[in-house]
Amino acid sequence: MSELFDIYLLEAVLNGLLLGGLFALLSLGLNLIFGVIDVVWICYAELIMCGMYAVYWLHVQYHWPVLAAMAAAIVLVAALGAALHQFVIRPVLSAEPINQLLVTGGVLFFLQAAATLAFGIDFRNVGISLPSVHVGEMSFSAARLLAFGAAAGGVAVMYFFLKRTYLGTAIRAISQDRAIMPLMGVSAGRIFLTTSALGGALAGLAACLLVLQYDVHPAIGLSFGPITFLICVLGGLGSLVGGFIAAFVLAQFISIGGFFFAAEWGYFIAFVFFIVVMFIRPQGILGK
Amino acid sequence: MRAGEAVAVIGPNGAGKTTLLRAISKLVAPSGGEIAFENESLRNVPAHQIVSRGIAHVPENRRLFPRLTVEENLKMGAYPVASRKKFPERLEQVFGLFPRLKERRRQAAGTLSGGEQQMCAIGRALMSGPKLLLLDEPSAGLAPVVVQSIFELMRRICAEGYTVLIVEQNIRQVLKVVQRAYLLEAGRIVLSGSAAELTASPQIQKTYLGL
Repeated sequence: MSELFDIYLLEAVLNGLLLGGLFALLSLGLNLIFGVIDVVWICYAELIMCGMYAVYWLHVQYHWPVLAAMAAAIVLVAALGAALHQFVIRPVLSAEPINQLLVTGGVLFFLQAAATLAFGIDFRNVGISLPSVHVGEMSFSAARLLAFGAAAGGVAVMYFFLKRTYLGTAIRAISQDRAIMPLMGVSAGRIFLTTSALGGALAGLAACLLVLQYDVHPAIGLSFGPITFLICVLGGLGSLVGGFIAAFVLAQFISIGGFFFAAEWGYFIAFVFFIVVMFIRPQGILGK
Repeated sequence: MRAGEAVAVIGPNGAGKTTLLRAISKLVAPSGGEIAFENESLRNVPAHQIVSRGIAHVPENRRLFPRLTVEENLKMGAYPVASRKKFPERLEQVFGLFPRLKERRRQAAGTLSGGEQQMCAIGRALMSGPKLLLLDEPSAGLAPVVVQSIFELMRRICAEGYTVLIVEQNIRQVLKVVQRAYLLEAGRIVLSGSAAELTASPQIQKTYLGL
């Protein structure tokens, strides 16, 4: 009996790990944008929604191969991110933080309404169902395994990019001293635009993975936007490593909590944990 | 300024010395007048292209990126595309000039001592292979012992053949390093000449050297 118990617990832990990978990817783009530009894209999850619709539309309506549709969705959301910066964020770059927040909040409702107008309120499914993978007595969703793999790959590529390339180093430097960047020959505007496109591309990648697991509808952003934001705050807004840790911690609370109690309790416990951390360490795990 | 020359701009607080350097780097827009470098006006050159023209600026208070390593700070100095190819050889040059930086290359720049930070800031500027080096108050905020070594260092940089424009409040020391100097007061040049002439000038002696 106790052996069986252990293996289900192990399954819960491993599922939490997989969920953590997805959370890590979700928080990466938002954290990157905040760390570099100092603006929170409240509408980040709505960018993901746009990416999901792009995959759905290209694959189901226009019969593109699913991988081509996904590649196109990533490019599209990257362009959307760049456009968001150029036309919405840039004009309010020196405005009060609350105004910047409200502007991106406005974009959130705009994208939701636009999606409703364009696609209606139906739940749409790309119609790809991946099997579950069985390891011994444990079973995992292949979509989650894939999401975890892609998230790990995305995080690794980002890490390498930020650590090794000139552009990546400049992206880390600009959050430490924006004013002297011109002395290094760096145009801050160009870095902001590149970062926004990068954040968009990460949202696009997340969209490709989520569309395999969830139906897309105009309000889908609300089901993972808040948790993405919570993860970033828990890790310390702008801290990529902190967000990474927070993603896995929160996912374990959800998964193990759901194992011992009912699934809904997993989220409940995770949010209680979040609130407790906010009392003890308001700046987040690795925040400054 | 002529190539290979070391020139100082001296003067009291608020005379506009730092502003002069910031205007050359286009960090502030001059309200009038002309800045030319190698017979070309810099009027329409945006700030981030100045360094590619061959002007590197070591800002006041060093302004390193504290959470980047020493080597990453130096890498930022080599950001312009033309400088990237020469990164390895210039890194060796800078490490040759400041062996201490080589020892601490993997350390976060914020953990360096004041003198080491100044070396790193100068090294970062040298990474672009500048024709003109602007130094803003290199001795400010450093312990007296360290100030000595920083001036020694500046003497070496001038001897290496770099063209250097130094802004300093430590007038006695800086006049030993440079060939010529300008005295700036309230935004105007009130005195200019060779370092020896300025050191001997009664005005400088009385007001600034306290003799």
